[in-house]
Amino acid sequence: MSVREADRIIPVTTGEVSPQPQERRSVVRPKRWKKYEALIIGTSSVVGVLTVWQLVANARIWPPLFLPGPLDVAPAFVKLFEPGGDIWIDIATSGQEIVIGYGMAIVIGLVLGLLMGWYTRFQYALDPFVNFFYSTPRIVLVPLFIIWFGIDMPSKIAVIFLGALFPIIINTMAGVRNTEAALLRVAKSFGASDALIFQRVVLPGSVPFILTGFRLGVGHALTGVIVGELIAARHGVGQLIAIAGQTFQTPKMFAGVILIAGTGMLLTATLQRVENRFQSWRPQIRR
Amino acid sequence: MKLVSRGVCIEYWLARSQKIFTAVESVDLDVRDGEFLAIVGPSGCGKTTFLNAVDGLLPISAGSLALDGVEIRKPGPDRAMVFQQPGLLPWRTVLGNVIFGLEAQGRMGGPDMVDRARQQIEIVGLQGFEDAYPLELSGGMQQRVNLARALLTDPKMLLLDEPFAALDAQTREMMQLELLKIWNRTRKTALFITHDIKEAIYLADRVVVFTKRPGRVKVTVDITIPRPRDLRVKRDPQFLRYEDEIWESIQEELAGPMERLIAEIPA
Repeated sequence: MSVREADRIIPVTTGEVSPQPQERRSVVRPKRWKKYEALIIGTSSVVGVLTVWQLVANARIWPPLFLPGPLDVAPAFVKLFEPGGDIWIDIATSGQEIVIGYGMAIVIGLVLGLLMGWYTRFQYALDPFVNFFYSTPRIVLVPLFIIWFGIDMPSKIAVIFLGALFPIIINTMAGVRNTEAALLRVAKSFGASDALIFQRVVLPGSVPFILTGFRLGVGHALTGVIVGELIAARHGVGQLIAIAGQTFQTPKMFAGVILIAGTGMLLTATLQRVENRFQSWRPQIRR
Repeated sequence: MKLVSRGVCIEYWLARSQKIFTAVESVDLDVRDGEFLAIVGPSGCGKTTFLNAVDGLLPISAGSLALDGVEIRKPGPDRAMVFQQPGLLPWRTVLGNVIFGLEAQGRMGGPDMVDRARQQIEIVGLQGFEDAYPLELSGGMQQRVNLARALLTDPKMLLLDEPFAALDAQTREMMQLELLKIWNRTRKTALFITHDIKEAIYLADRVVVFTKRPGRVKVTVDITIPRPRDLRVKRDPQFLRYEDEIWESIQEELAGPMERLIAEIPA
């Protein structure tokens, strides 16, 4: 439509302009390195920050105990994985806690979110609880869970579950609620059954919201597992950091932090990819 | 007679002002078999509301509304609507969206369904775009999908709710021309809502003018311009006389409230 109008631009000629054929500027083709631009700039920026960090650490304004440099942290990280350490037990413990807690949160959060979005009365019934828990930092429940479930995995699973559950419920519900009225009208006009509307219109339309909920849940799950383990645990990456901190092994602490941050980034990036896959129908934004 | 409307009245409850709102009052209207009937009227006159009732999306509060002698109570496969907003599922391709109408009616079936859908896509001029997503299409192309979706269900009656209102002027004229071409092939009974008088005259066998709200039938104009009609008939003297006649009739409806508004302006 607007293209058609653009095609009809009328050339304005004045006597002063020489009738020479106008030179056409070539269409700008992106340079080859443009593709790697994000990677190059990102890497340089990380390297830059690490260098500054090392330089500041080398200046020894503070003792290494207070601020180790990247060159201190890297060996500590490698050392973590040396045979004889408990690292694999820690990772397995934290990993299991996350998989079980987050897995339960996904399943139950999805079901409750869909039900609450679809049945208004169900939402009325559960809203007080969702609001209560969503607006409370679920971390405050850790001491209670330790009394109830002990210091081992179940208490952490409970914290992770509650942490991840509510962002998933709320986003899933929002997805169902945000179904475009025009689409519902079309489906109803063609006499679609409620089941069909849910399955073919509401559910696919909610997918971006649901995946956002999953992604937010990852952050809450990681917070839950680490804080839970910091407070009381026998094993786990959080416990590793807690012990390293209490025994002034600062580089080891940093190594633990990097391990967790890496896990978080990996999970989030994976979910981001899934999200992008489900949105292949969205036209790409050209910059 | 295909569609018979007798004393149809549509009211609904307005929650905000706690009042009953009468959108349409006592509509007497017949749509003949194989006829293209257009309803025009001032905006807010309830013409779309009436169409929704014919589709079965809205209940009527009085009167009777019957298609082929069967009272209309809910949407059915004997009617299909072309909406003002395309209402396409953004995650489905053109083909998937065209099939959606049949699918919603629970009439999915047979390998020939896809063939028929492809044929329908070709009829509306979208061949080559079967696998495109709605967001990749222009507004006019989206409306073609909207039309193909309704046509594929092969209804007894086609309902069109200002389908070209959101398009630019040139695209709208092209779509009118193509709609007539398609309609000429099937001569399917059609009820077309529009606020565009020229569009109504160009497309329809009869144009019904609604009064301002609550809507009633004010006047019916028989359009005797021979078919097939090309876009040039819009400049025909006879066409312009129809336009004058209908415009006069609508203007009477508009004049009331406007004069009252002006009178209310303090000097």
